[in-house]
Parts: sequence; structure tokens; C-alpha cells
Amino acid sequence: MKKDVVLEVRDLVVAFDTDQGRVRAVDGVGFELKKGSILGIAGESGCGKSVTALSIIRLLPRPVSSILAGQVLFQGKNLLTTPIRQMHKIRGRKIAMIFQEPMTALNPVHSVERQMKEVFELHFPRLTAVSVRDRSLEMLTRVGIPDPGQVLKKYPHQLSGGIRQRVMIAMALSCEPDILIADEPTTALDVTVQAQILELIKALKEKSGMSIILITHDLGVIAENCDQVVVMYAGRIAETADVRSLFKNPLHPYTKGLLASIVSRAEISKTVLPTIEGNVPSLSNMPAGCRFAQRCPFVKQICLHVTPGEVPAGKGRTAACHLINEEPE
Amino acid sequence: MPILEVRRLKKYFPVLGGVFLRRTGWVYAVDDVSFFVKKGETFGLVGESGCGKTTLGRCIMGLYDMTSGSVRVQDSSISKLTPAQKKSLSTHLQMIFQDPYESLDSRQTVRQILEEKYIIHGKARNDLSVVIGQLLENVGLSRDCLSRYPHEFSGGQRQRIGIARAVSMNPEIIICDEPVSALDVSVQSKILNLLLELQKTMGLTYVFISHDLSVVRHMSDRIGVMYLGKIVEMADASTIYNNARHPYTRALLSAVPLPDPDARKKRIVLTGEVPSVENPPPGCRFHTRCPHADVICQESEPLLLDREKDSGHVAACHFF
Ligand SMILES: Nc1ncnc2c1ncn2[C@@H]1O[C@H](COP(=O)(O)OP(=O)(O)O)[C@@H](O)[C@H]1O
Ligand SMILES: Nc1ncnc2c1ncn2[C@@H]1O[C@H](COP(=O)(O)OP(=O)(O)O)[C@@H](O)[C@H]1O
Ligand SMILES: [Mg+2]
Ligand SMILES: [Mg+2]
Repeated sequence: MKKDVVLEVRDLVVAFDTDQGRVRAVDGVGFELKKGSILGIAGESGCGKSVTALSIIRLLPRPVSSILAGQVLFQGKNLLTTPIRQMHKIRGRKIAMIFQEPMTALNPVHSVERQMKEVFELHFPRLTAVSVRDRSLEMLTRVGIPDPGQVLKKYPHQLSGGIRQRVMIAMALSCEPDILIADEPTTALDVTVQAQILELIKALKEKSGMSIILITHDLGVIAENCDQVVVMYAGRIAETADVRSLFKNPLHPYTKGLLASIVSRAEISKTVLPTIEGNVPSLSNMPAGCRFAQRCPFVKQICLHVTPGEVPAGKGRTAACHLINEEPE
Repeated sequence: MPILEVRRLKKYFPVLGGVFLRRTGWVYAVDDVSFFVKKGETFGLVGESGCGKTTLGRCIMGLYDMTSGSVRVQDSSISKLTPAQKKSLSTHLQMIFQDPYESLDSRQTVRQILEEKYIIHGKARNDLSVVIGQLLENVGLSRDCLSRYPHEFSGGQRQRIGIARAVSMNPEIIICDEPVSALDVSVQSKILNLLLELQKTMGLTYVFISHDLSVVRHMSDRIGVMYLGKIVEMADASTIYNNARHPYTRALLSAVPLPDPDARKKRIVLTGEVPSVENPPPGCRFHTRCPHADVICQESEPLLLDREKDSGHVAACHFF
């Protein structure tokens, strides 16, 4: 693992046992998270973003899922083979995760105070009750909650969506983790609140030097917040690039199609938007070869039979496309 | 003459509380909203969740009784109609919903879903199958779908079925309530294209509701921006995007992340929480979050005014 890399995922394969048999929701995904940077994972719903994230902290739903292959390297360890008791210590303390719907992470029957206390007690058993309370108040203040004393007393359902999201972030960051995984953290929020939350996450990152994996289907959020981007399609990586190259010069035909179809990129209102032919194939019925081939405007014979590997495409970029093989940059 | 005119529309929901569920207050969901839409035009309604967009749409459709105000469609005023007239008006006025999962009855086949309106309106004909098959093709689905159930379709396909149902009666006006908000980007663009194409071929008038400014901009000729039950600014689409006056409109525009890393901009990040519509702030409803608010904003409610005579660009702000 390179020196400036805090987390590396290698060849991750995750399967689900479904009525249609065993399907591979994530099929050979790998990427590096550089220290102090924000890595974006983009892609449309169902492409495997959340499954990838949950694999990293070993929170996949059991027993329906299984990790068939791969490594998640963090501080010299492979998290996929780390005993679950050690994982409890890493989770929250070293790697924290926040979700789209804060209610999945917050316990509805306990007050905010009690839930924050539990986090501190788990990771810092020697803290006194007074300092736990002080730290809780400090964290709530840091995430921009105006009256933290009041919020501590409240139950999750008594808070607005924006405040709930802030509470979840405060809890996730209370142990100063090295890595924050944020899975669609602002998708359920209004744009003005989204702007507040993203500014907050970036400001906290600048202060603490933590590294972030930011998962979102919103390419605007990716463009404005990330340094590196992984674009996923149907359980695989289509392309990885630094954010400017990705938006200036997308290489994979899927990325090209996706960027072109964004409404806000249209110059003239009420004109026909570019689209991608067809639909995402279902996991139980994945085509052989490139999973995007059926929809690809540049498809060749080879695409229908041979799975394209991720090939280097200059400037630290990769693309999983046979056409890139033909013309290296 | 405008094809649709909404005048001083108010819709208050009672808040019930206490042991006897007495009314303890009102939710001012839509509070004195007026606008008009010309034939063939798209009027966009944009604003954050809870600002009253859906309630307004449902009042226009006659699905909610208004607290006060009026809605006129073509020549008829909705609240004064007899039930029979309402039924015939409803062929002119249709709605497309946000959630293509909830808005279709899961026990009905696509054929049954689409036939229903023809039967209700006494338009069932011998060649109904042919008509419905054509309808499906017009929205980009194949005739083979007729015997299938909603759950067998993707979100985008389900929305196409919802659109087919809405256009089946050859309506004049369609209220589109967040029609693409639940869909992925690449599916969104297809549905928006379909709506634009149908507008052209059928001469439809749209009221297009969305919280997504980019989508509303792309679809609309004129736009009303809502905040806590009120329209705070209204103008043609390009004016809203290039020359917004109201601080809320500007904050909303600046909050939208753009898919261009070089366009990272200095944001107007609003402070404070969205106040509740049950207890809206006095004076200007936006003053609690407004970076420009002054004493007058707390005391007097600004009117929706035109700065230049008859420019059609109105904003409710004491300063801008
Ligand atoms: N508990 C589960 N059982 C079966 N399939 C699942 C389960 N969770 C996720 N999947 C499948 O895995 C794929 C990836 O899901 P996910 O990672 O949640 O996508 P997203 O990119 O939207 O986060 C999807 O096709 C989904 O249907
Ligand atoms: N049937 C109802 N009964 C009581 N309150 C309602 C009802 N429908 C909507 N509201 C309230 O009215 C306000 C406006 O809601 P809505 O029109 O759905 O907003 P939007 O569509 O802009 O998100 C919200 O505060 C909502 O809680
Ligand atoms: Mg997800
Ligand atoms: Mg709504």
C-alpha cells in the first residue's frame, strides 16, 4: 500500500442470495483513499455503492450476503479478515459512517444525550460523566447546532431532518475517526440544508485531516466536493479519475452518457436532452462481457464477450473499456 | 386569456390537539397565492419541501377544498361547479405524481389502469385495446406491457404508465408534481424528453412542480418561487436564473451544486432552520434566515411587486 493511502479496497466481490439465486452486487471493485482527501463514489441507484461501503466496515446484512473475495487494507490489516471484536473497536473510533436516513443510525427510543454517551463510553471508557457531557456539547456546537443543551434532551423524532443529520455527524465525528464514510448524507435534505451540511463536513475535514469517502448519485455534489472519483456501473467500476479530468474529459462511454444527460448541463431550456439507450441490466441477468455493452453507442464485437479490465488511462486514471485499450492516451 | 388562473388561493389545514382533538392551530400550507398560466405554456413552481407545492397542485385539481380564493380553468370556476361539471372538467385537468410506486394500484394490470378513465368518463369503445396500445407506444412502452402489473416495471417505466394515464383523456392542462424526483439522472432525462414531446404534439399546458431548480428551469417558461406557503418571486425562467431579486431565490440558486468542478462558487449559505408553517414568522416569512433582513422585515409583510412597470417580474422583498 502506498504511503499517502489510508485505505485500499482490492478486488472486492460481494454476493447476495436471492430468489433468483446468488447474484454479485459488487464484482471486483478496487480503489485507494488518499490521506486528507475526499473520494467520491458515483453511480445510479443499485450499482453497488452502499454495498461497497458496508463491506468496508463489515456491516453487510447477514446471512443473505457474503464477501466472496477481496481485501480492505487499513493500517496494515485486512479488515475483511479482522476478528469481529476488533472491528467493533475500529468502527466508530477509526472509521465512522453516516447514512442518508439518520433514523437508521439513531435509536428512536433514546435521547440524543444517552446515545452520544454510549459512543464515548464504548471508545473512551475512562472519561468521567462530566467530561462526556462536555464533549457531547462541544461536538454538537461544532456541527453548528445553536442550542446544544436543548438538543441533548431531545429524541430523534423531535428534531428536523437537518438537525438530525447534524446529530449523526456529531456522533460519527466524536471519536475523531481517520476515515468518514458518508453514504448519500444529503440526499434526503433540501438544497439549502445540503449546502450547510457539505460545508460543515468539509470544514471539519480541514481541521482534523480526516479522509472521506463521499457516496452520492448527485454528480453536482461530486463535482463540487470530491478530489478523486470512482464511477460505478452495475456492480463494477467504469472509471476512476481526478474530479476535473472526469468532468472535462470522461473516458468511459457510460460516464460520457451520464454527464451528457444531466439537466443542468443543457444550454437551452425545453430542448431534447441526450439520453442513454435502454436500462441497467438486472443483477440476476447480467450480460457476458462488458455490462454496459448493450447500451453503448460505441459497442464492438469484443465487448459482448470479454469483460474489460480496468486499464491505466494516464494521470492516475483508469477506465474499464475495450476502446480505451485500443488508443492509450 | 390565460387557460388557468389561480387567485388569492389559501389552504389552511387544522392542527388538532388535546384529549378532544380540538383545533389548536392552523397549518398555513398555501397562503394567498395568485398566478396564471397561458395555453401551451409551462409554469414552474419551485421551493423546498413543505413550502406548499403539492397542496397548491391538489387545490387546483379540486382534490382539496380551498380555504378561500378561486381557480378558473378555461371559462369555469372550479369551486362553483356541480359534481357532473366537475367530472367533465376533470378530463381537461390531469395530474402526474412524484411516486410512480404509490400512484398506481398494484393489483391492476396496466390495461386495467389505463382503461379505468375511459370507463369512468363513458368513453369505452370497442377498439379500446387498440387505443390503449397506441397510448402506450406514445409514451415509449410496448403493447406487450398491457397484461403486466406495476411491480414488474422499473421506476421510469412506471412513470411512463402514469403519464399515459394522464394524457389518455386528451387533457388541456397537466399538473406534474415532482414527476422525476424519484428517478435516476439518466432516467430523468428520458421522462423530461417525453413530457416535452407530448407538450408539443398535444399542445399541453403544464404546471410543473419540483424542488429541483435545474429541472424546473429546463422545463418552464415562467417560474414561481415558493417559501412557506407564499410565492416570493415570479418571472420568466431566464430572469429567475439570471436576475433573481429575492434573497431566498438567490440563496436557493446558489445552493445548487453544479456538475462542473471549475464552477465551485462562493455560496450564500443560509443560517438557521426553516420555520414551521404552523407558526410562520411575522413580517417577511424569510427574515429569520435572510442575510439582508432589517427591522422593517420583522414588522411588515412585503408585497409581491413589480419594480418596473409591467415587466412581469415580481418579488416580495422590502429591499430588492
Ligand atoms: N439485502 C439485500 N438482498 C438482496 N440484494 C441486495 C440487498 N441489498 C442490496 N442488494 C442489491 O445489491 C445491489 C447494490 O445495492 P446498493 O449497494 O444498495 O446500491 P446503491 O448503489 O444504490 O447504494 C442492488 O442491485 C441491490 O438490489
Ligand atoms: N393533508 C394534510 N393535513 C395537514 N397538513 C398537511 C396536509 N398536507 C400537507 N400538509 C402540510 O402542509 C405543508 C405543505 O405541504 P406540501 O404541500 O406537501 O409541501 P411540498 O409539496 O412543497 O413539499 C406542510 O407543512 C405539510 O406538513
Ligand atoms: Mg445506496
Ligand atoms: Mg410535494
